[in-house]
Amino acid sequence: MNQHFTQLSRLFLKREYFVYYGFFLVLLFFAVTLSDTGFFTTTNLMNIVRQTTPITIMAIGLTFALACGHIDLSIGSVVALSALVGAVLMQDYPMPVAIFAALMVGVVIGFINGVLIEWLKVSSLLVTLGTMGVIAGLSRKFTNLEAIPIINQNFNFAFGSGSFGAISVLFIWTILIFAVGYISLNKTRYGRHLLATGGNAKAAHAVGINVVKTRIIALMITSSAAALAGLLYAGRLHGARYTLGEADLLTVIAAVAIGGTCLFGGRASIMGAVIGSWMMGVINNGLILSGFSTNEQLIARGLILVVAVAIGAKEDRK
Amino acid sequence: MSLETSGKLADDSQNSYTMLQRPALEVRNISKKFGSIEALKDVSFTINKGEVVGLLGDNGAGKSTLVNCISGIFKHSSGSILINGEAVDFNSPQESRSHGIETVFQDLAVVPEFDIAANLFLNQEIISKNPLLKWMGWLDKKAMAAQAQTALKRLNSRIPSYSEKISNLSGGQRQAVSIGRAVNWGADIVIMDEPTAALGVEQSAQVNELIKLISSQGVSVLLISHNMQHVMETCDRAIVLYHGKSSANVKMSDVNAQDLVGLITGAITEKDLK
Repeated sequence: MNQHFTQLSRLFLKREYFVYYGFFLVLLFFAVTLSDTGFFTTTNLMNIVRQTTPITIMAIGLTFALACGHIDLSIGSVVALSALVGAVLMQDYPMPVAIFAALMVGVVIGFINGVLIEWLKVSSLLVTLGTMGVIAGLSRKFTNLEAIPIINQNFNFAFGSGSFGAISVLFIWTILIFAVGYISLNKTRYGRHLLATGGNAKAAHAVGINVVKTRIIALMITSSAAALAGLLYAGRLHGARYTLGEADLLTVIAAVAIGGTCLFGGRASIMGAVIGSWMMGVINNGLILSGFSTNEQLIARGLILVVAVAIGAKEDRK
Repeated sequence: MSLETSGKLADDSQNSYTMLQRPALEVRNISKKFGSIEALKDVSFTINKGEVVGLLGDNGAGKSTLVNCISGIFKHSSGSILINGEAVDFNSPQESRSHGIETVFQDLAVVPEFDIAANLFLNQEIISKNPLLKWMGWLDKKAMAAQAQTALKRLNSRIPSYSEKISNLSGGQRQAVSIGRAVNWGADIVIMDEPTAALGVEQSAQVNELIKLISSQGVSVLLISHNMQHVMETCDRAIVLYHGKSSANVKMSDVNAQDLVGLITGAITEKDLK
């Protein structure tokens, strides 16, 4: 009996499944307590996915930095800078140029982060804390704290406001980036080298993997994903402001952590990041419908991060 | 004394090898200087195909420097390295590797989160042949699994399956995977740096068995160890370094563990043995 229980628990209590249980429980909880508010309707659930998309994309991106043992705190401020660069350029230049430049913001900042971390051999936590401040300051300075509107309707359609029937373009973006992230991490040589670098950098180096290059590319992916998230915010809101993404960092890290990615490298789950971010979205939405304010949402996010990290730490000690 | 020894070795290598005893690796009069410090002085030795040779010496005797020269991490100051009779010049570990030299480290250079197949093929992954997928670096996991299964059979190991995660294996099994990776990559010469230092008695014995097995399959092994019993059991021959010089080159059948310790500490020389 006891043995059967151990086998069963080994089968079902895997770390990577926790996020699905959590997601289901949270959904169930709000579906019951908010049964009279229209929480559990297709419209509302689709709305949650739509609103959460930038978080989801950032979470998928951050998974790459975490997979190799780094963290990137600057993603929130990259969101704002990328959205602002896109919005400003779209006033005078063709849309593709503006989009390209906005995405390049992510690529370049990721590269700078990566080179600084590897070159100075300082913890990514400190380097990206610094770049986070610099980027946020730049966004504020160059826009004088003003919002920049985007009137290009094609852009607004493709990057946030559009939909094909009931399917929002943001949902399509989520699926697309999930597919790219999942394949890159789990099906390609790069993904394997990345996880090897995070799991045992010495071993990776010993077999000839260029760990420095692998890590820099990971940070570029993370930052580029944040830049795309910035465009998706801009498309949904028809404009950009320096406050975009400001409060997202905690949500994104909590989403990735609850999704089963180890915050110290070597183990990563793209599917977990997506479900984790949706879980954060459901909690936010449920709390709002229950009449709670942003204060409670902040508390919930913080608690989830702590719980996720605690579960992960317990697993790692095994 | 050391010059005599190395001179004698050089003669050996030129005259008395039959085809079966062809030297896989030949080191001729290698010296390595770090500034004014001479870490290696005129070291010469050979390793034949399928031979297990111990590399002995006290700390600071030059073992690591020698190994780093052979594995391409350092460039030697003078002398030459020959592989299968052909002179080679390594500028990087990759070049050494491409000549069939692999190094297995004591600290279990495997990725614990990966399964055995993924570790066997780390940085040597088989990529899909489809042009588009190849461009993406798409892994051919099926092919790797099949080859991993064959490799495990070749190692005669007690490891149940290639899909087992490394973190579920014992230290000895992990080291077997490291060695398996080296052999799997087609290495003709495997340098092992204290492969059993982190292991218990039974697991060390497993690794010893594995060393004998791969040598019987024609792989040459250069084994660095401080464990004299281990050396006596596994090696055919031993080279002793003393203050950067090759002070002795002895057959295991001619010495006992005490003699080896004497040679390492410099208490006796090769001449005293005869």
